[in-house]
Amino acid sequence: MRGLADIQASFAAALADPERPAPPALRAGAETADSTRFDIYRNNIMVGLIEGLERNFPVVRRLVGDAFFRHAARTYARHNPPRSPVLLLYGRGFGDFLDQFEAARSVPYLGDVARLEWARLDAYHAADADPLAIDRLAAVAAPDLDGLRLTLHPSLHLLGSRFPVGSIWAATSGADPATAVDMARGEDVAVLRPGPTVELRILPAAGRTFIEGLAAGRSLGAAARAAAEAHADFDLSSHLSGLFGLGAVIALETGLPVDNQPQAEK
Amino acid sequence: MPVPSRAGVGLKADHVDAILDTRPDVGWFEVHAENYMGAGGPPHRWLTAICRVYPLSVHGVGLSIGSAGSLDKAHLARLRALVRRYEPGLVSEHLAWSSHAGIHYNDLLPLPYSAETLDRVADHVDLLQETLARPVLIENPATYVAFEASDMSELDFLRALVARTGCGLLLDVNNVLVSATNGAFSAEDYLDSFPLEAVGELHLAGHARERDGRGAEILIDAHDRAVPDTVWTLYERTLGRSGPLPTLIEWDNDLPDWTTLLAEAGAAERRLRAAHGLSGAAAPSGRQSHARAR
Repeated sequence: MRGLADIQASFAAALADPERPAPPALRAGAETADSTRFDIYRNNIMVGLIEGLERNFPVVRRLVGDAFFRHAARTYARHNPPRSPVLLLYGRGFGDFLDQFEAARSVPYLGDVARLEWARLDAYHAADADPLAIDRLAAVAAPDLDGLRLTLHPSLHLLGSRFPVGSIWAATSGADPATAVDMARGEDVAVLRPGPTVELRILPAAGRTFIEGLAAGRSLGAAARAAAEAHADFDLSSHLSGLFGLGAVIALETGLPVDNQPQAEK
Repeated sequence: MPVPSRAGVGLKADHVDAILDTRPDVGWFEVHAENYMGAGGPPHRWLTAICRVYPLSVHGVGLSIGSAGSLDKAHLARLRALVRRYEPGLVSEHLAWSSHAGIHYNDLLPLPYSAETLDRVADHVDLLQETLARPVLIENPATYVAFEASDMSELDFLRALVARTGCGLLLDVNNVLVSATNGAFSAEDYLDSFPLEAVGELHLAGHARERDGRGAEILIDAHDRAVPDTVWTLYERTLGRSGPLPTLIEWDNDLPDWTTLLAEAGAAERRLRAAHGLSGAAAPSGRQSHARAR
Protein backbone atom coordinates (compact mmCIF):
# COMPACT_ATOMS: atom_id res chain seq x y z
CA MET A 1 0.00 0.00 0.00
CA ARG A 2 1.20 3.51 -0.77
CA GLY A 3 2.19 5.59 2.24
CA LEU A 4 0.78 9.00 3.14
CA ALA A 5 3.91 10.94 2.11
CA ASP A 6 3.93 9.19 -1.25
CA ILE A 7 0.23 9.87 -1.83
CA GLN A 8 0.60 13.55 -0.97
CA ALA A 9 3.68 13.92 -3.19
CA SER A 10 1.84 12.52 -6.22
CA PHE A 11 -1.33 14.51 -5.40
CA ALA A 12 0.71 17.74 -5.09
CA ALA A 13 2.61 17.08 -8.33
CA ALA A 14 -0.68 16.60 -10.20
CA LEU A 15 -2.12 19.79 -8.65
CA ALA A 16 0.89 21.80 -9.78
CA ASP A 17 0.80 20.61 -13.40
CA PRO A 18 -2.53 20.74 -15.28
CA GLU A 19 -1.07 18.51 -18.02
CA ARG A 20 -0.63 15.59 -15.61
CA PRO A 21 -3.31 12.96 -15.10
CA ALA A 22 -5.05 12.63 -11.72
CA PRO A 23 -2.81 10.89 -9.16
CA PRO A 24 -2.83 7.07 -9.17
CA ALA A 25 -3.74 6.83 -5.47
CA LEU A 26 -7.38 7.73 -6.15
CA ARG A 27 -9.93 4.98 -5.84
CA ALA A 28 -11.04 3.72 -9.23
CA GLY A 29 -14.60 3.02 -8.04
CA ALA A 30 -17.57 4.02 -10.17
CA GLU A 31 -18.37 7.18 -8.19
CA THR A 32 -15.04 8.88 -8.10
CA ALA A 33 -13.16 7.53 -11.11
CA ASP A 34 -13.77 10.54 -13.27
CA SER A 35 -10.75 12.82 -13.64
CA THR A 36 -12.99 15.88 -13.51
CA ARG A 37 -13.34 15.14 -9.77
CA PHE A 38 -9.66 15.79 -9.25
CA ASP A 39 -9.92 18.91 -11.41
CA ILE A 40 -12.22 20.43 -8.76
CA TYR A 41 -9.20 20.74 -6.45
CA ARG A 42 -7.08 22.22 -9.25
CA ASN A 43 -9.82 24.69 -10.00
CA ASN A 44 -10.48 25.63 -6.35
CA ILE A 45 -6.81 26.41 -5.85
CA MET A 46 -6.38 28.43 -9.03
CA VAL A 47 -9.63 30.38 -8.61
CA GLY A 48 -8.68 31.17 -5.01
CA LEU A 49 -5.27 32.50 -6.01
CA ILE A 50 -6.61 34.52 -8.96
CA GLU A 51 -9.29 36.07 -6.73
CA GLY A 52 -6.64 36.85 -4.14
CA LEU A 53 -4.57 38.68 -6.76
CA GLU A 54 -7.70 40.52 -7.98
CA ARG A 55 -8.29 41.73 -4.43
CA ASN A 56 -4.67 42.72 -3.92
CA PHE A 57 -4.09 44.45 -7.30
CA PRO A 58 -7.35 46.24 -8.21
CA VAL A 59 -5.62 49.10 -10.07
CA VAL A 60 -3.51 46.79 -12.25
CA ARG A 61 -6.72 44.92 -13.01
CA ARG A 62 -8.52 48.12 -13.99
CA LEU A 63 -5.61 49.18 -16.21
CA VAL A 64 -5.51 45.95 -18.23
CA GLY A 65 -9.11 44.67 -17.99
CA ASP A 66 -10.53 41.51 -16.39
CA ALA A 67 -9.63 38.98 -19.08
CA PHE A 68 -6.00 40.05 -19.42
CA PHE A 69 -5.64 40.27 -15.64
CA ARG A 70 -6.92 36.73 -15.18
CA HIS A 71 -4.49 35.47 -17.82
CA ALA A 72 -1.58 37.24 -16.10
CA ALA A 73 -2.71 36.14 -12.62
CA ARG A 74 -3.10 32.51 -13.71
CA THR A 75 0.39 32.49 -15.23
CA TYR A 76 1.87 34.12 -12.13
CA ALA A 77 0.08 31.75 -9.74
CA ARG A 78 1.19 28.68 -11.67
CA HIS A 79 4.85 29.67 -11.45
CA ASN A 80 4.74 31.41 -8.05
CA PRO A 81 2.49 29.39 -5.75
CA PRO A 82 2.21 30.70 -2.18
CA ARG A 83 4.85 29.54 0.29
CA SER A 84 2.77 30.46 3.33
CA PRO A 85 -0.79 29.71 4.42
CA VAL A 86 -1.14 33.43 5.19
CA LEU A 87 -2.28 34.85 1.86
CA LEU A 88 -2.86 38.44 3.00
CA LEU A 89 0.30 39.56 1.19
CA TYR A 90 0.19 37.12 -1.74
CA GLY A 91 1.66 38.64 -4.91
CA ARG A 92 4.83 40.25 -3.59
CA GLY A 93 6.61 39.27 -6.82
CA PHE A 94 3.71 40.17 -9.15
CA GLY A 95 5.31 43.48 -10.22
CA ASP A 96 8.61 41.81 -11.14
CA PHE A 97 6.65 39.12 -12.98
CA LEU A 98 4.75 41.75 -14.99
CA ASP A 99 8.06 43.42 -15.96
CA GLN A 100 9.00 40.18 -17.73
CA PHE A 101 5.53 39.20 -18.96
CA GLU A 102 5.68 39.26 -22.75
CA ALA A 103 1.97 39.97 -23.18
CA ALA A 104 2.28 43.12 -21.03
CA ARG A 105 5.12 44.68 -23.07
CA SER A 106 2.93 47.51 -24.33
CA VAL A 107 2.20 48.63 -20.74
CA PRO A 108 5.72 49.16 -19.41
CA TYR A 109 4.60 50.90 -16.19
CA LEU A 110 2.43 47.96 -15.07
CA GLY A 111 5.17 46.43 -12.90
CA ASP A 112 5.68 49.71 -11.03
CA VAL A 113 1.92 50.06 -10.42
CA ALA A 114 1.85 46.49 -9.08
CA ARG A 115 4.78 47.19 -6.75
CA LEU A 116 2.95 50.30 -5.53
CA GLU A 117 -0.22 48.29 -4.87
CA TRP A 118 1.74 45.64 -2.97
CA ALA A 119 3.41 48.37 -0.90
CA ARG A 120 -0.06 49.68 -0.02
CA LEU A 121 -1.15 46.18 0.96
CA ASP A 122 1.92 45.63 3.13
CA ALA A 123 1.42 49.04 4.76
CA TYR A 124 -2.22 48.13 5.48
CA HIS A 125 -1.18 45.03 7.45
CA ALA A 126 2.05 46.45 8.95
CA ALA A 127 2.54 46.97 12.67
CA ASP A 128 0.76 49.98 14.17
CA ALA A 129 2.78 52.89 15.55
CA ASP A 130 1.91 56.43 16.62
CA PRO A 131 3.59 59.20 14.60
CA LEU A 132 5.51 61.99 16.35
CA ALA A 133 4.54 65.63 15.83
CA ILE A 134 7.26 67.89 14.46
CA ASP A 135 7.38 69.97 17.65
CA ARG A 136 9.27 67.07 19.23
CA LEU A 137 12.15 68.10 16.98
CA ALA A 138 12.22 71.55 18.58
CA ALA A 139 12.94 69.93 21.94
CA VAL A 140 16.20 68.46 20.63
CA ALA A 141 19.24 70.55 21.63
CA ALA A 142 20.94 72.18 18.61
CA PRO A 143 24.27 70.34 19.05
CA ASP A 144 22.42 66.99 18.99
CA LEU A 145 20.56 67.64 15.71
CA ASP A 146 23.30 66.55 13.32
CA GLY A 147 23.70 63.15 14.99
CA LEU A 148 19.95 62.62 15.55
CA ARG A 149 18.49 59.28 14.41
CA LEU A 150 14.87 59.19 13.21
CA THR A 151 12.96 55.92 13.56
CA LEU A 152 10.58 55.73 10.63
CA HIS A 153 7.09 54.20 10.62
CA PRO A 154 7.08 50.39 10.19
CA SER A 155 4.54 50.71 7.37
CA LEU A 156 6.71 53.07 5.28
CA HIS A 157 7.59 52.05 1.71
CA LEU A 158 9.54 54.13 -0.83
CA LEU A 159 9.32 53.52 -4.57
CA GLY A 160 11.08 55.17 -7.47
CA SER A 161 9.64 54.93 -10.97
CA ARG A 162 10.58 56.26 -14.39
CA PHE A 163 6.81 56.55 -14.87
CA PRO A 164 4.33 58.79 -13.00
CA VAL A 165 3.31 55.79 -10.91
CA GLY A 166 1.64 57.77 -8.10
CA SER A 167 -0.45 59.81 -10.53
CA ILE A 168 -1.42 56.71 -12.52
CA TRP A 169 -2.53 55.03 -9.30
CA ALA A 170 -4.52 58.08 -8.13
CA ALA A 171 -6.20 58.57 -11.51
CA THR A 172 -7.10 54.89 -11.93
CA SER A 173 -8.05 53.87 -8.39
CA GLY A 174 -10.74 56.48 -8.07
CA ALA A 175 -8.82 58.22 -5.26
CA ASP A 176 -8.38 61.29 -7.47
CA PRO A 177 -9.78 60.72 -10.98
CA ALA A 178 -8.91 64.29 -12.06
CA THR A 179 -5.17 63.74 -11.56
CA ALA A 180 -3.19 64.84 -14.61
CA VAL A 181 -0.82 62.10 -15.74
CA ASP A 182 2.31 63.33 -17.54
CA MET A 183 3.87 60.17 -18.93
CA ALA A 184 7.18 61.98 -19.59
CA ARG A 185 7.85 62.43 -15.85
CA GLY A 186 8.95 59.76 -13.43
CA GLU A 187 7.77 59.89 -9.81
CA ASP A 188 9.12 58.87 -6.43
CA VAL A 189 6.41 57.95 -3.95
CA ALA A 190 6.10 57.19 -0.26
CA VAL A 191 3.40 54.84 1.02
CA LEU A 192 2.54 54.50 4.68
CA ARG A 193 -0.29 53.98 7.13
CA PRO A 194 0.12 56.39 10.06
CA GLY A 195 -3.48 55.73 11.24
CA PRO A 196 -6.39 53.67 9.93
CA THR A 197 -5.88 54.50 6.23
CA VAL A 198 -2.98 53.98 3.84
CA GLU A 199 -1.52 57.25 2.53
CA LEU A 200 0.31 57.83 -0.74
CA ARG A 201 2.54 60.86 -1.30
CA ILE A 202 4.42 61.87 -4.44
CA LEU A 203 7.81 63.01 -3.15
CA PRO A 204 9.64 66.19 -4.15
CA ALA A 205 13.09 65.92 -5.74
CA ALA A 206 15.73 64.43 -3.39
CA GLY A 207 12.98 63.30 -1.00
CA ARG A 208 13.59 59.63 -1.65
CA THR A 209 17.38 59.97 -1.23
CA PHE A 210 16.84 61.76 2.07
CA ILE A 211 14.30 59.30 3.49
CA GLU A 212 16.23 56.27 2.27
CA GLY A 213 19.26 57.61 4.12
CA LEU A 214 17.23 57.92 7.32
CA ALA A 215 15.71 54.46 6.80
CA ALA A 216 19.22 53.03 6.40
CA GLY A 217 20.05 54.36 9.87
CA ARG A 218 22.08 57.43 8.85
CA SER A 219 22.00 60.43 11.13
CA LEU A 220 19.87 63.42 10.19
CA GLY A 221 23.00 65.37 9.21
CA ALA A 222 24.44 62.58 7.07
CA ALA A 223 21.12 61.91 5.29
CA ALA A 224 20.67 65.64 4.60
CA ARG A 225 24.21 65.99 3.19
CA ALA A 226 23.66 63.01 0.87
CA ALA A 227 20.40 64.53 -0.37
CA ALA A 228 22.03 67.93 -0.90
CA GLU A 229 24.79 66.28 -2.91
CA ALA A 230 22.20 64.77 -5.22
CA HIS A 231 20.13 67.96 -5.43
CA ALA A 232 21.81 71.33 -4.87
CA ASP A 233 18.54 73.06 -3.90
CA PHE A 234 17.65 70.48 -1.20
CA ASP A 235 15.86 72.32 1.61
CA LEU A 236 16.09 70.35 4.85
CA SER A 237 13.38 72.21 6.77
CA SER A 238 10.71 71.71 4.08
CA HIS A 239 11.59 68.01 3.76
CA LEU A 240 11.44 67.56 7.53
CA SER A 241 8.05 69.23 7.78
CA GLY A 242 6.83 67.05 4.90
CA LEU A 243 8.14 63.90 6.57
CA PHE A 244 6.59 64.68 9.97
CA GLY A 245 3.41 65.93 8.26
CA LEU A 246 3.06 62.55 6.62
CA GLY A 247 3.34 60.83 10.01
CA ALA A 248 6.48 58.98 8.96
CA VAL A 249 8.56 59.53 12.13
CA ILE A 250 7.78 57.53 15.26
CA ALA A 251 10.87 58.05 17.47
CA LEU A 252 13.94 60.26 17.87
CA GLU A 253 17.21 59.08 19.31
CA THR A 254 20.06 61.34 20.34
CA GLY A 255 23.54 60.63 21.61
CA LEU A 256 24.53 57.75 19.32
CA PRO A 257 28.19 57.96 18.28
CA VAL A 258 28.29 59.25 14.69
CA ASP A 259 30.66 56.56 13.39
CA ASN A 260 28.61 53.72 14.86
CA GLN A 261 25.66 53.80 12.49
CA PRO A 262 23.08 51.04 12.84
CA GLN A 263 22.41 48.93 9.76
CA ALA A 264 19.31 49.25 7.66
CA GLU A 265 16.38 47.06 8.59
CA LYS A 266 14.77 47.03 5.17
CA MET B 1 -16.48 34.91 26.22
CA PRO B 2 -17.77 31.34 25.72
CA VAL B 3 -19.59 30.72 22.44
CA PRO B 4 -23.29 30.11 23.17
CA SER B 5 -25.51 27.48 21.53
CA ARG B 6 -26.92 30.08 19.19
CA ALA B 7 -26.48 31.03 15.55
CA GLY B 8 -23.22 32.77 14.63
CA VAL B 9 -22.03 34.36 11.42
CA GLY B 10 -18.67 34.40 9.61
CA LEU B 11 -17.29 37.93 10.04
CA LYS B 12 -16.49 39.79 6.80
CA ALA B 13 -14.73 43.14 6.41
CA ASP B 14 -17.63 44.43 4.29
CA HIS B 15 -20.07 43.96 7.19
CA VAL B 16 -18.03 45.23 10.12
CA ASP B 17 -19.32 48.82 10.00
CA ALA B 18 -22.96 47.67 9.80
CA ILE B 19 -22.42 45.31 12.74
CA LEU B 20 -20.66 47.84 14.97
CA ASP B 21 -23.21 50.54 14.09
CA THR B 22 -26.35 48.45 14.68
CA ARG B 23 -25.19 45.85 17.28
CA PRO B 24 -27.46 43.12 15.89
CA ASP B 25 -28.60 40.30 18.18
CA VAL B 26 -26.22 37.66 16.79
CA GLY B 27 -24.93 34.95 19.12
CA TRP B 28 -21.28 35.08 18.07
CA PHE B 29 -18.85 35.58 15.17
CA GLU B 30 -16.27 33.34 13.55
CA VAL B 31 -13.13 34.45 11.70
CA HIS B 32 -10.60 32.60 9.59
CA ALA B 33 -7.40 32.68 11.64
CA GLU B 34 -5.17 33.40 8.61
CA ASN B 35 -7.01 36.65 7.84
CA TYR B 36 -5.83 38.09 11.17
CA MET B 37 -2.18 37.15 10.98
CA GLY B 38 -0.93 40.54 9.81
CA ALA B 39 1.22 42.51 12.27
CA GLY B 40 -1.31 45.30 12.71
CA GLY B 41 -3.76 47.46 10.80
CA PRO B 42 -7.55 47.78 10.51
CA PRO B 43 -8.38 44.04 10.73
CA HIS B 44 -7.04 43.83 14.30
CA ARG B 45 -8.74 47.12 15.13
CA TRP B 46 -12.18 45.91 14.08
CA LEU B 47 -11.77 42.42 15.53
CA THR B 48 -10.87 43.98 18.88
CA ALA B 49 -14.05 46.08 18.68
CA ILE B 50 -16.17 43.04 17.74
CA CYS B 51 -14.71 41.02 20.64
CA ARG B 52 -15.79 43.65 23.14
CA VAL B 53 -19.40 42.91 22.21
CA TYR B 54 -19.60 39.35 20.85
CA PRO B 55 -18.11 35.91 21.59
CA LEU B 56 -15.55 34.79 19.01
CA SER B 57 -14.64 31.53 17.33
CA VAL B 58 -11.27 31.23 15.53
CA HIS B 59 -11.36 28.84 12.57
CA GLY B 60 -7.99 27.88 11.08
CA VAL B 61 -7.87 27.00 7.38
CA GLY B 62 -4.13 26.69 6.75
CA LEU B 63 -2.36 24.55 9.38
CA SER B 64 -2.41 21.41 7.20
CA ILE B 65 -3.03 19.02 10.09
CA GLY B 66 -3.13 16.10 7.66
CA SER B 67 0.35 16.68 6.24
CA ALA B 68 2.65 13.65 6.18
CA GLY B 69 5.43 16.10 7.05
CA SER B 70 5.79 18.16 10.23
CA LEU B 71 3.47 20.99 11.15
CA ASP B 72 4.71 24.46 10.19
CA LYS B 73 6.20 25.77 13.46
CA ALA B 74 5.99 29.39 12.37
CA HIS B 75 2.32 28.98 11.57
CA LEU B 76 1.66 27.28 14.91
CA ALA B 77 3.32 30.23 16.64
CA ARG B 78 1.12 32.68 14.70
CA LEU B 79 -1.97 30.73 15.70
CA ARG B 80 -0.88 30.69 19.35
CA ALA B 81 -0.30 34.46 19.28
CA LEU B 82 -3.75 35.04 17.76
CA VAL B 83 -5.48 32.81 20.32
CA ARG B 84 -3.65 34.51 23.20
CA ARG B 85 -4.55 37.93 21.87
CA TYR B 86 -8.29 37.34 21.41
CA GLU B 87 -9.02 34.40 23.77
CA PRO B 88 -11.78 32.99 21.54
CA GLY B 89 -14.49 30.74 22.97
CA LEU B 90 -13.80 28.11 20.31
CA VAL B 91 -10.81 27.18 18.14
CA SER B 92 -11.14 24.81 15.19
CA GLU B 93 -9.20 23.36 12.25
CA HIS B 94 -9.83 20.84 9.46
CA LEU B 95 -9.29 17.16 8.82
CA ALA B 96 -7.34 17.96 5.66
CA TRP B 97 -3.93 18.90 4.30
CA SER B 98 -2.88 21.93 2.27
CA SER B 99 0.91 22.19 2.38
CA HIS B 100 3.55 19.99 0.81
CA ALA B 101 7.30 20.54 0.34
CA GLY B 102 7.09 24.23 1.19
CA ILE B 103 4.20 25.04 -1.16
CA HIS B 104 0.79 26.04 0.17
CA TYR B 105 -2.07 24.61 -1.90
CA ASN B 106 -4.80 27.02 -0.94
CA ASP B 107 -7.52 24.36 -0.53
CA LEU B 108 -8.58 21.70 1.98
CA LEU B 109 -7.21 18.53 0.39
CA PRO B 110 -8.53 15.04 1.15
CA LEU B 111 -6.83 12.32 3.19
CA PRO B 112 -6.75 8.54 2.92
CA TYR B 113 -8.24 7.11 6.13
CA SER B 114 -5.69 4.61 7.42
CA ALA B 115 -3.82 3.76 10.61
CA GLU B 116 -0.81 5.69 9.30
CA THR B 117 -2.87 8.83 8.63
CA LEU B 118 -4.52 8.51 12.05
CA ASP B 119 -1.11 8.39 13.77
CA ARG B 120 0.02 11.46 11.90
CA VAL B 121 -3.16 13.50 12.42
CA ALA B 122 -3.36 12.52 16.11
CA ASP B 123 0.26 13.63 16.65
CA HIS B 124 -0.49 16.95 14.97
CA VAL B 125 -3.70 17.52 16.94
CA ASP B 126 -1.79 16.72 20.15
CA LEU B 127 0.87 19.27 19.24
CA LEU B 128 -1.74 21.87 18.33
CA GLN B 129 -3.62 21.39 21.61
CA GLU B 130 -0.38 21.50 23.61
CA THR B 131 0.73 24.65 21.80
CA LEU B 132 -2.58 26.40 22.40
CA ALA B 133 -3.00 24.85 25.86
CA ARG B 134 -6.64 24.13 25.05
CA PRO B 135 -8.73 21.59 23.13
CA VAL B 136 -9.66 22.26 19.52
CA LEU B 137 -12.50 21.13 17.28
CA ILE B 138 -11.66 19.24 14.07
CA GLU B 139 -14.01 19.61 11.08
CA ASN B 140 -15.20 16.83 8.74
CA PRO B 141 -14.16 17.65 5.15
CA ALA B 142 -16.09 18.12 1.90
CA THR B 143 -14.57 15.63 -0.54
CA TYR B 144 -14.68 14.97 -4.28
CA VAL B 145 -12.46 11.88 -4.50
CA ALA B 146 -11.57 8.82 -2.39
CA PHE B 147 -8.32 6.90 -1.98
CA GLU B 148 -7.43 3.27 -2.57
CA ALA B 149 -5.41 3.43 0.64
CA SER B 150 -8.46 4.20 2.81
CA ASP B 151 -9.25 1.15 4.93
CA MET B 152 -11.44 2.78 7.55
CA SER B 153 -14.53 4.98 7.33
CA GLU B 154 -14.41 8.73 7.98
CA LEU B 155 -16.63 8.20 11.04
CA ASP B 156 -14.33 5.53 12.51
CA PHE B 157 -11.39 7.81 11.81
CA LEU B 158 -13.02 10.77 13.60
CA ARG B 159 -14.08 8.61 16.57
CA ALA B 160 -10.54 7.26 16.93
CA LEU B 161 -9.09 10.78 16.66
CA VAL B 162 -11.36 12.02 19.46
CA ALA B 163 -10.45 9.02 21.65
CA ARG B 164 -6.70 9.47 21.07
CA THR B 165 -6.40 13.26 21.41
CA GLY B 166 -9.40 14.42 23.45
CA CYS B 167 -10.22 16.90 20.70
CA GLY B 168 -13.80 17.87 19.91
CA LEU B 169 -15.43 17.86 16.48
CA LEU B 170 -16.90 20.54 14.28
CA LEU B 171 -19.70 18.95 12.26
CA ASP B 172 -20.20 20.72 8.92
CA VAL B 173 -23.65 19.61 7.79
CA ASN B 174 -23.19 20.95 4.27
CA ASN B 175 -19.90 19.04 3.96
CA VAL B 176 -21.77 15.86 4.87
CA LEU B 177 -24.26 16.39 2.03
CA VAL B 178 -21.48 17.33 -0.43
CA SER B 179 -19.33 14.30 0.45
CA ALA B 180 -22.33 11.94 0.54
CA THR B 181 -23.56 13.04 -2.89
CA ASN B 182 -20.07 12.90 -4.40
CA GLY B 183 -19.20 9.58 -2.74
CA ALA B 184 -22.65 8.01 -3.26
CA PHE B 185 -23.41 7.29 0.39
CA SER B 186 -26.34 8.28 2.60
CA ALA B 187 -25.96 11.64 4.37
CA GLU B 188 -28.72 10.61 6.80
CA ASP B 189 -26.93 7.39 7.79
CA TYR B 190 -23.67 9.28 8.23
CA LEU B 191 -25.32 11.90 10.46
CA ASP B 192 -27.20 9.27 12.45
CA SER B 193 -23.86 7.58 13.29
CA PHE B 194 -21.86 10.77 13.88
CA PRO B 195 -20.33 10.93 17.40
CA LEU B 196 -22.42 13.96 18.42
CA GLU B 197 -21.22 13.76 22.04
CA ALA B 198 -17.88 15.16 20.77
CA VAL B 199 -19.38 17.97 18.68
CA GLY B 200 -18.87 21.53 19.91
CA GLU B 201 -19.99 23.43 16.82
CA LEU B 202 -22.01 23.02 13.61
CA HIS B 203 -21.46 24.66 10.21
CA LEU B 204 -24.14 25.40 7.61
CA ALA B 205 -23.52 26.64 4.07
CA GLY B 206 -24.69 26.51 0.48
CA HIS B 207 -23.16 24.49 -2.34
CA ALA B 208 -23.03 24.55 -6.14
CA ARG B 209 -24.49 21.73 -8.28
CA GLU B 210 -22.49 20.53 -11.25
CA ARG B 211 -21.99 17.43 -13.38
CA ASP B 212 -18.78 15.46 -13.49
CA GLY B 213 -17.23 14.16 -16.73
CA ARG B 214 -19.56 11.15 -16.77
CA GLY B 215 -22.68 13.23 -16.24
CA ALA B 216 -23.15 12.31 -12.57
CA GLU B 217 -24.35 15.08 -10.26
CA ILE B 218 -21.66 16.46 -7.97
CA LEU B 219 -21.88 19.11 -5.28
CA ILE B 220 -19.17 21.75 -4.77
CA ASP B 221 -18.64 23.23 -1.29
CA ALA B 222 -18.88 26.79 -2.60
CA HIS B 223 -20.07 28.88 0.41
CA ASP B 224 -21.52 31.30 -2.13
CA ARG B 225 -25.26 31.24 -1.49
CA ALA B 226 -28.04 30.72 1.05
CA VAL B 227 -28.34 27.46 2.98
CA PRO B 228 -30.59 25.21 0.82
CA ASP B 229 -33.61 23.28 2.13
CA THR B 230 -31.71 19.97 1.85
CA VAL B 231 -29.10 21.26 4.35
CA TRP B 232 -31.77 22.73 6.68
CA THR B 233 -33.47 19.33 6.78
CA LEU B 234 -30.21 17.58 7.71
CA TYR B 235 -29.56 20.29 10.31
CA GLU B 236 -32.96 19.67 11.94
CA ARG B 237 -32.21 15.94 11.92
CA THR B 238 -28.89 16.60 13.68
CA LEU B 239 -30.40 18.96 16.27
CA GLY B 240 -33.04 16.35 17.01
CA ARG B 241 -30.28 14.07 18.28
CA SER B 242 -27.81 16.61 19.64
CA GLY B 243 -29.84 19.39 21.13
CA PRO B 244 -28.75 22.99 20.56
CA LEU B 245 -25.16 23.65 19.48
CA PRO B 246 -23.31 26.80 18.32
CA THR B 247 -24.20 26.96 14.61
CA LEU B 248 -22.33 29.02 12.02
CA ILE B 249 -23.72 30.43 8.79
CA GLU B 250 -20.76 30.24 6.38
CA TRP B 251 -21.06 32.54 3.38
CA ASP B 252 -17.61 33.44 2.05
CA ASN B 253 -18.06 34.11 -1.69
CA ASP B 254 -20.52 36.29 -3.63
CA LEU B 255 -21.22 37.98 -0.29
CA PRO B 256 -24.75 39.23 0.34
CA ASP B 257 -25.52 42.37 2.33
CA TRP B 258 -25.53 42.16 6.11
CA THR B 259 -29.33 42.04 6.37
CA THR B 260 -29.47 38.88 4.26
CA LEU B 261 -26.85 37.17 6.42
CA LEU B 262 -28.66 38.22 9.56
CA ALA B 263 -31.85 36.63 8.19
CA GLU B 264 -29.94 33.36 7.57
CA ALA B 265 -28.77 33.42 11.18
CA GLY B 266 -32.38 34.01 12.22
CA ALA B 267 -33.48 30.92 10.28
CA ALA B 268 -30.91 28.85 12.20
CA GLU B 269 -31.97 30.41 15.53
CA ARG B 270 -35.61 29.36 14.98
CA ARG B 271 -34.49 25.75 14.54
CA LEU B 272 -32.21 25.99 17.59
CA ARG B 273 -35.12 27.20 19.72
CA ALA B 274 -37.25 24.32 18.50
CA ALA B 275 -34.44 21.91 19.42
CA HIS B 276 -34.31 23.37 22.95
CA GLY B 277 -37.90 22.26 23.35
CA LEU B 278 -37.12 18.79 22.04
CA SER B 279 -34.05 17.89 24.04
CA GLY B 280 -34.28 19.89 27.27
CA ALA B 281 -31.72 22.29 28.71
CA ALA B 282 -29.21 19.80 30.09
CA ALA B 283 -27.83 18.54 26.78
CA PRO B 284 -25.90 21.59 25.55
CA SER B 285 -24.06 22.31 28.80
CA GLY B 286 -22.94 18.69 29.02
CA ARG B 287 -21.59 18.85 25.51
CA GLN B 288 -19.77 22.12 26.04
CA SER B 289 -17.95 20.74 29.05
CA HIS B 290 -16.78 17.88 26.84
CA ALA B 291 -15.36 20.36 24.35
CA ARG B 292 -13.45 22.10 27.13
CA ALA B 293 -12.12 19.00 28.84
CA ARG B 294 -8.83 17.37 27.89
